[in-house]
Amino acid sequence: MMRYTIKRLLLAIPTLWAMLTAVFVLVRLVPGDPAAVMLGDQASAEALNALRHRLGLDLPLSTQYVDFMRDMLTGNFGTSMATGRTVLSEITQVLPWTIQLTLAAVLLGVLMGLPLGVWAAVKRNAWPDYLGRIISLAGLSFPAFVSGILMLLAFAIQLRWFPVIGSSVSGGWAAQLRDLVLPAFNLGLIMAAYVMRVTRSSMLGVLSEDYVRTARAKGVKPFRLVLRHGLRNALIPIITVVGLYFGTLIGNSVLTEIVFNRPGIGKLILGALNTRDYTLLQGLMVVFATCVIVINILTDLIYGFVDPRVKYK
Amino acid sequence: MSSAAAVSVRPNPLWQALRKNRLSWVGVALLLLIVGVALLAPWIAPHDPLQQNIAYRLDPPSSDYWLGTDSYGRDVLSRLMYGARISLLVGFVSILIAMVVGSALGILAGYVGGFVDQLVMGLVDVLLSFPALLLGLMVAAMLGANLHNLIIAIALTEIAPFVRVARAPTISLKQRDFVEAGRALGFGPWRLMGVHILPNMISDVIVLGSMWMASAIRTEASLSFIGLGVPPPTATWGGMIREGFENILDAWWLVVFPCAAILATVLALNLLGDALRDAIDPKLRSERS
Repeated sequence: MMRYTIKRLLLAIPTLWAMLTAVFVLVRLVPGDPAAVMLGDQASAEALNALRHRLGLDLPLSTQYVDFMRDMLTGNFGTSMATGRTVLSEITQVLPWTIQLTLAAVLLGVLMGLPLGVWAAVKRNAWPDYLGRIISLAGLSFPAFVSGILMLLAFAIQLRWFPVIGSSVSGGWAAQLRDLVLPAFNLGLIMAAYVMRVTRSSMLGVLSEDYVRTARAKGVKPFRLVLRHGLRNALIPIITVVGLYFGTLIGNSVLTEIVFNRPGIGKLILGALNTRDYTLLQGLMVVFATCVIVINILTDLIYGFVDPRVKYK
Repeated sequence: MSSAAAVSVRPNPLWQALRKNRLSWVGVALLLLIVGVALLAPWIAPHDPLQQNIAYRLDPPSSDYWLGTDSYGRDVLSRLMYGARISLLVGFVSILIAMVVGSALGILAGYVGGFVDQLVMGLVDVLLSFPALLLGLMVAAMLGANLHNLIIAIALTEIAPFVRVARAPTISLKQRDFVEAGRALGFGPWRLMGVHILPNMISDVIVLGSMWMASAIRTEASLSFIGLGVPPPTATWGGMIREGFENILDAWWLVVFPCAAILATVLALNLLGDALRDAIDPKLRSERS
């Protein structure tokens, strides 16, 4: 297991380096002079030069690149253009909100999607299967902000079950929990659609295996057959999808936070876009891409636990 | 079901999908309706989508304005019809670019192998390490929000799956007899890749394209909602929702109808893509995450 882990970690280094290079190039694609874009048309020549100097834009590109790599690798993401605080503190300040939301969503997604997928596979081509397939396809079709807005309209504005504007920041844990319900269900339902689909197809594959038939012939009870012989072996593709889904989940949570006016990374990005805060955007991009790379490694490592054969490949 | 090896003759996947999966008819009908409305918008729209009329601000649906008016007094129905053009155009062109660039890179990587292969697949890994919406958002924000840059940004987020779907069969195809024979006849690598290898996977690539177009349209709507779409006053579905969201408490029609339009388009494409995928190759199942 140790060797497998180390090998997987080493493989991530070139990806990390290439990702950082891509961010470096992308930020320099800003047409014209970034300093002029940030300060606007009215800026004086001295102010422009000062900002260029502060951003290191007056240095040769190769020096900029080396400096950029050193800063990123030491966790120095620079200071926000808009607030003057470090990018890292801007991000870590709102991160707990986003983590709370995404964890709740993953939990809901798996709790709803997994049993429904198993049920659909067991009842293949009967009504639970058809219904489940149509519902999950509809779930996959919702952009997160569309489902969020419709939920907001239905449950907060029409039915008034939840407040339209959240009070999370000031309220206690009960208020926080109440504000979490709609956004978490919004993300969780979309995720449940993904989980359900892959669970169904993975279970269908496993249930047609010889060893499942043998177990059934031996008289293994249906419940045990489905969970122990079926689901356990169907888990790998499901874990892959949950791992791969993480990137989509980040995008969806950004949209959800904007719709429900929740503090978090989504509102941070929106603010950075409005103030053209390129250092903050650059920092966010690096942090998120690193998260995705780390989650991919974790997904691979979990394989090793779920299926011991993986380690020896 | 045809295997990847039986390449030359197989039934038209679209026809096969339609015959086997009745639900896909719903998708086709919806899609034809939306494409028809988009094409005919200048002739069938009841009002000018940009015509402001302060006397009719935020009017609920009525016999004059079937789907109501927005905060500038513009007709929501007409704006929806014109908005369909942007969504379909961005979805179609960005997927076309991703399809051409992605499958060219995939074939090149699979055919040449070695360093080129590693380089291309490294690139794919990097693309996949950015969350799709964020990558689109960053590129659109860096380049500036307009139609042209929006298409580039979305195409970039969709390239990776095409590279993968083109690369894998190329590796096995390049060792097949007919490619060997071409090589023996002195055909150059470009001809072998373009004329002999590409046609064997083109239907897979097109099916993947129809599946990912749903995702491209979703991304376009999301970016427009964030404010990085085709800038106003052009009517886009995401942009309409963005503007309507400010008046959500007293004008539900401003958000509900564009939401329904986006949902119908994406669902129609997903229904069709799902049927196509089942018809063409069960292996493609896992390609979509």
